[in-house]
Amino acid sequence: MAGAIWAITQTEKGEPRGVSYETIAAGQRLAAALGKPLEAVMLGSGVRGAAEKVAARKVERVRLIEDPKLEPYTPDPYAAALRRAVEAEKPAYLLFPHTYQVRDWVPRLAAALDAGFVSDVVDFRAEGGEPVFVRQPYQGKLNADCAFAAGDGPRLVSFQAGAFLADDAAKGDTPAEIVEQAVDLADVEVRTQVLDTFQEVENKVDLSRAEVIVAVGRGIGKQENLGLVEQLAAALGGQLAASRPVCDNEWLPMDRQIGSSGQTVAPRLYLAVGISGAIQHLVGMKNSGTIVAINKDANAPIFSVADYGIVGDLFEVVPALTAKVKEARGA
Amino acid sequence: MKIVVCIKQVPERDARLRIAADGKSIDLTGVATEINESDQYALEAGLRLAEGSGGEVVVLLLGPDVAEEAIRRALAMGAARAVHLNDAAFQDADASSTAKALAAAAAKESPDLVLTGLQSDDAGWSQTGVLVAERLGWPSATLIMEIEPPAEGRIKVKRELESGWFQWITLPLPAVLTIQSGIYPVRYATLKGIMGAKKKEMKKLAPADLGLEPGAVGAAGRRVEVRRLYVPEKTAEAEILQGDAATAAAALVDRLQKEAKVL
Repeated sequence: MAGAIWAITQTEKGEPRGVSYETIAAGQRLAAALGKPLEAVMLGSGVRGAAEKVAARKVERVRLIEDPKLEPYTPDPYAAALRRAVEAEKPAYLLFPHTYQVRDWVPRLAAALDAGFVSDVVDFRAEGGEPVFVRQPYQGKLNADCAFAAGDGPRLVSFQAGAFLADDAAKGDTPAEIVEQAVDLADVEVRTQVLDTFQEVENKVDLSRAEVIVAVGRGIGKQENLGLVEQLAAALGGQLAASRPVCDNEWLPMDRQIGSSGQTVAPRLYLAVGISGAIQHLVGMKNSGTIVAINKDANAPIFSVADYGIVGDLFEVVPALTAKVKEARGA
Repeated sequence: MKIVVCIKQVPERDARLRIAADGKSIDLTGVATEINESDQYALEAGLRLAEGSGGEVVVLLLGPDVAEEAIRRALAMGAARAVHLNDAAFQDADASSTAKALAAAAAKESPDLVLTGLQSDDAGWSQTGVLVAERLGWPSATLIMEIEPPAEGRIKVKRELESGWFQWITLPLPAVLTIQSGIYPVRYATLKGIMGAKKKEMKKLAPADLGLEPGAVGAAGRRVEVRRLYVPEKTAEAEILQGDAATAAAALVDRLQKEAKVL
């Protein structure tokens, strides 16, 4: 199959988002494995400055797609713009970061092109010249090797945040050329109207500064049981936090949530209590210093990122641990 | 207003998963199942909108005979009737061939709104709702946290962005929304609801009923295939502290003090 590999970058406030470099790092590796050229693509309006930053990385060129309809972001013009560029240039692979924004518009593009889209990929390898992509279905409990069905159409892939490192996106000897990719969006109707983009005002707890965090998950069962974990957090002098289901059930406020839809933290000590460790949670805490997991399921994914684990009933383990911590700290 | 809610039956969250003999799927024999979590929230959101407008919710599911259990549960919660895409040709679909069938079935209902969860707890492609929207030619919005009753042919919704950011947007109807978990507390099925569900219509459809060739759906219509499903090798092995609660807790405190030096 002919055609280049395109790494589609994402901007925020006119700057490339960090995940864009992760996509370029993945693209550089795929380009080397398949012997295809890597190009970066940027969509937006007034984003030439961001394109120049991306052009410092080792890519053949940066394709810049600018149109007033691409700001603010909405799914219709994004999908239409990239579709037209794809139909003109016929790339073989389109690579994306698996962000909320990508999830909002890239499936539209896949359906419009009748193309396959392997989403939320954590790794890949080449087998007989064809890439096999690794995903983590079943809440991260299992791995799946995925491949594209035969066909000539473009192949879409999105990479999980953190699966590739932004720092691994090699720089070029000289800046890559920036090519203006002309797409005519005159006939594209922008059906979505953006009224307001805002941060919830009650987001007052900044967990990113905490040295010690005790996070509680679904395993706590009900709100009345939270006291147990609060006592452990108090004994450790730490902050109480939670995984998403606890906040969804309104047992704790949203500003206590760790994970892809909450806060990202890296305290010195992180205790995960009754948290199975779905990837949405892991991305928010896996860079913590020392990680402790307490869970009844020995196969829970949380143990794969933990330094220490206790497999057992949290209703027995947590009070025992609180007592031992108090003893150790002379309280 | 008329609302189609697409739901999926998935293994229960704590279910022990066994890889099937083909090495590519899960052996579901004897595995407890439930309605995919974010689809439960989509159903709740749909029921609230329908109740507020005097409309009805039609639940749409693609899956084998055993998925009738999920449909019965949705009907017991308050959906008016169900469409079950149940045919051997639908089996072993990917996100693309699932969406093709769901979109064709949704189109037959001519709803004002199609709702579904933001992603499934099993395959987790996080694509299906938006794929359905493109197939229908309708606008879509994802990760919805709040929905206002429609006015003048448009609906106003709150989207979740990343890192604690949100966005209010409007889009014209008909539209597809994918619902984020936690949007509203999910109701329980009442005994009356469970009894009533038995009398509700459950229409079983095959590809031909949707004007689709068998080769367009299921395994034959796939764009992506799973070559192998397996238990991942543990990358970093945690030290598991043994013994009863008190012993393990004492050992942990010892490690945190002496090895990790964080206490």
